[in-house]
Amino acid sequence: MGKELNVIEIRNLTKKFGDFTAVDNISFDVHRGEIFGFLGANGAGKTTAMRILCGLSRPTAGTGTVAGYDIWKEQEKIKRHIGYMSQKFSLYPDLTVKENIRLFGGIYGLDDREINGKTSKMLSMLGMVQEKDKFAGELPLGWKQKLSFCIALIHEPRIIFLDEPTGGVDPETRRRFWELIYDTAEKGTTIFVTTHYMDEAEYCDRVSIMVDGRIAALDTPEKLKCRFTAETMDDVFRTVAGKAEREE
Amino acid sequence: MSKSYRQVHAIKGISLDVGKGEIFGLIGPDGAGKTTLFRIMTTLMLADSGYGRICGLDIVKDYFKIRRLIGYMPGRFSLYQDLSVKENLDFFATMFGTTLRESYGTIKEIYSQIEPFRDRRAGKLSGGMKQKLALCCALVHKPSVLFLDEPTTGVDAVSRKDFWTMLGRIRQSGVTVFVSTPYMDEASLCDRLALIKDGEIIGTGTPEQIIRQYPYRILAVKGRNMYPLLKALRMIEGVESCFSFGDAHHLAYRPDRTCRQTILAEAAGMGFPDCTAKEIAPGIEDCFMQLSKKWGKN
Amino acid sequence: MTMKEFLASIKKEFLHIFRDRRTILIVMIMPVVQIILFGFAVSTEVTRARIAFCGDISDPVVRRTIDRIESNRYLESAGMLQSPSGITEMFRRNKADAAVCFGRNFGEEYLSSGNAAIKIIGDGSDPNTARIITSYVSGVIQQEQQDISISMEGERKSSMNPVVHLMYNPAMKSSYNFVPGVMGLILMLICSMMTAVSIVREKETGTLELLLVSPVKPLWVILSKLMPYLALSAVNFISILLLAHYVMEVPVNGSIALLSLSALVFVVASLAIGILVSVISSSQKTAMLICGMGLTMPTMIFSGIIFPCESMPEVLQWFSDIIPAKWFIILVKKIMIQGDGFASVIKELSILAGMAGVLLSASIFSFRTRLQ
Repeated sequence: MGKELNVIEIRNLTKKFGDFTAVDNISFDVHRGEIFGFLGANGAGKTTAMRILCGLSRPTAGTGTVAGYDIWKEQEKIKRHIGYMSQKFSLYPDLTVKENIRLFGGIYGLDDREINGKTSKMLSMLGMVQEKDKFAGELPLGWKQKLSFCIALIHEPRIIFLDEPTGGVDPETRRRFWELIYDTAEKGTTIFVTTHYMDEAEYCDRVSIMVDGRIAALDTPEKLKCRFTAETMDDVFRTVAGKAEREE
Repeated sequence: MSKSYRQVHAIKGISLDVGKGEIFGLIGPDGAGKTTLFRIMTTLMLADSGYGRICGLDIVKDYFKIRRLIGYMPGRFSLYQDLSVKENLDFFATMFGTTLRESYGTIKEIYSQIEPFRDRRAGKLSGGMKQKLALCCALVHKPSVLFLDEPTTGVDAVSRKDFWTMLGRIRQSGVTVFVSTPYMDEASLCDRLALIKDGEIIGTGTPEQIIRQYPYRILAVKGRNMYPLLKALRMIEGVESCFSFGDAHHLAYRPDRTCRQTILAEAAGMGFPDCTAKEIAPGIEDCFMQLSKKWGKN
Repeated sequence: MTMKEFLASIKKEFLHIFRDRRTILIVMIMPVVQIILFGFAVSTEVTRARIAFCGDISDPVVRRTIDRIESNRYLESAGMLQSPSGITEMFRRNKADAAVCFGRNFGEEYLSSGNAAIKIIGDGSDPNTARIITSYVSGVIQQEQQDISISMEGERKSSMNPVVHLMYNPAMKSSYNFVPGVMGLILMLICSMMTAVSIVREKETGTLELLLVSPVKPLWVILSKLMPYLALSAVNFISILLLAHYVMEVPVNGSIALLSLSALVFVVASLAIGILVSVISSSQKTAMLICGMGLTMPTMIFSGIIFPCESMPEVLQWFSDIIPAKWFIILVKKIMIQGDGFASVIKELSILAGMAGVLLSASIFSFRTRLQ
């Protein structure tokens, strides 16, 4: 794995808010095409780190590249080459499915021909051809999430950030969603995902667990379970994150 | 104590009973109707049809008496962020006709954990602390029944565990706990539970009863190249469903049509010779998936 | 519900207000800023209005009238015009604020038939100022006319088109116009917007649900939320009165008690509107928008602070009648400036009280013991 190209390289990244060190000197790499699980208790600094990686915020210290672009100097380029999907439904509920796809295609600078091609491809892939004129807000939750996911991929980013993509979804839809993630990863897109479901941590190629702004553990699920002599990732997480001292 | 009632739309003809002093879990995904049911039971909403009783009192006619009997923690509940811990507690104590001192005994165990921060504003507490404070506020008037609407949503695994430990202690003091959650793994912590999907109860009973009713057998299959394996396993004759569960695939099969050896042989034939399969007992999540599928067909 | 719970929730509501320093500062400073703003920056006050004249200067009555106007402290001459057609030019070049035109054979007509034609023309591009000037000029003319009648020993009751006699605002102070307006606006804003926002905020945080399932009657929950805003508006009411009196030199001619009573009725109506807004809005932003656009704007426009109501189309005048602020502003004008007593404001007061009653019962009815 190590020989592969790294999509994210982070060295000694630190972010301070006044006296508070939200992210404390973290370093890690994410390889091309892998599913990277980014776990941590509430307030461990996950969101802050993720915002820096997405080019939404500048670090206090440290260096790094995302999709080959510098996190200090090339934030705009980073934004253009990543996809982002959050737990909150981020599409426009008062636009139809088709209009949403068109809109985001336009935002990412695709031309009309590309958008039309993408739209029909995406609709058939999602099995939503019949629903194309429905308002996005009226779709069932599972469909909404699949749609947001596909729209986040519309500009074929090298890496996609998923912030708790499956919160509150029923078990089957959740697994179908992960199958979608696998399909995407197979095509070479890197997946960077946060989740509260520990069974989902098992689906990742590698998992990092943040505690108090630092990365307390980073390895494949198997090796982590081995190291902490734990049965499941849930146990691993509780052992690692249970040592947290800091408040949110 | 019994409750049952029927309604259309968000909730479709639900009937269920909760025994005194038990932790009853209402488990289902977002949009299943959990919050609606909670609001009706806590007298905040009227059902279109059907009836409900709490401790023998009608939720419509005796709503005022019921409001004295129940503690409620709404899903979005976030307290008064600009008031301190103590001010929040004092306020809710007074509103429910008691004082912090009077009810100190009831909430002592939980309150003692946040007491060091009693002058801190609620908005500045951590997620876990907020939850504890919210629970204190709901318990401050010694309710007989405690309604908790998705108390653990968006909370990390460690705090969730803590929270359930607290619920166990609350039950020991004789309070009935009616709790909803989208997390299937919390099901085993309830005494009894109801699985809800699209406004309908698709299964109810103790976790053991629900698991016992599961009609298929489950193999936990592991191997290399998990995702291609998953797709392959679904093709096998007699396999009802196959989904990934953590580090293994849960494969549900009909024992009358196939068996472990056959499945392994078929997998080997499709290019997965080195996978292992272990017979396991189904979990609540397996049951939920099976039941929701069955319900969907009806 | 006992007093204890009621007081506890009032206390809590005050804590919310005082913890939010920025809002409380804005609420306290707003009346001061508005009074100053209206008082100095957007003043419609007129000092030394320039009047152009048009008529036969050889006519002694005309001369006497012009003389009278010129010698007035607040008016000055902008010169004589050859014909009425020159007036537009004067207005356009901003050389005059109003013009007085005397009819043909003015003096003769006046003395013989007592029915002489005289026209006062205001510069309509600034209707408020024009209205003030023209009515003032007509007041001066009327005075002159009275003097002439007296000198003729009441031989003939005359008329020179007597227009409104501007008795209550001899200095043409615009503060007389806007102080009641600002008072109405601020009380309206604080009571409706702040109550609505504070209730909707509890809806958003879910605390309202918890309050509703408490044994406390919802009516009391709401009443306790209203109390602090009642207190706030009382503070503002007093500060506006003080400012008006000491800074803007607006007299309080009528009874303070009657004025306070009208303010109380108006505040109740505004609080009720606040509750109604909170019932229909699901977020603080919506509540703010409804109050800002839906309440403040019409209040500004229809209450006569900016435009005189009389110059509006009839349909809009009808509409302005249903705005409580309009009636409150009339009440304040009557009581504060004209010094009218209870008997002469009974109509406005009862209209306002009726509105408050209807709004209050509507809001209590709509704020049920349950969620929607």
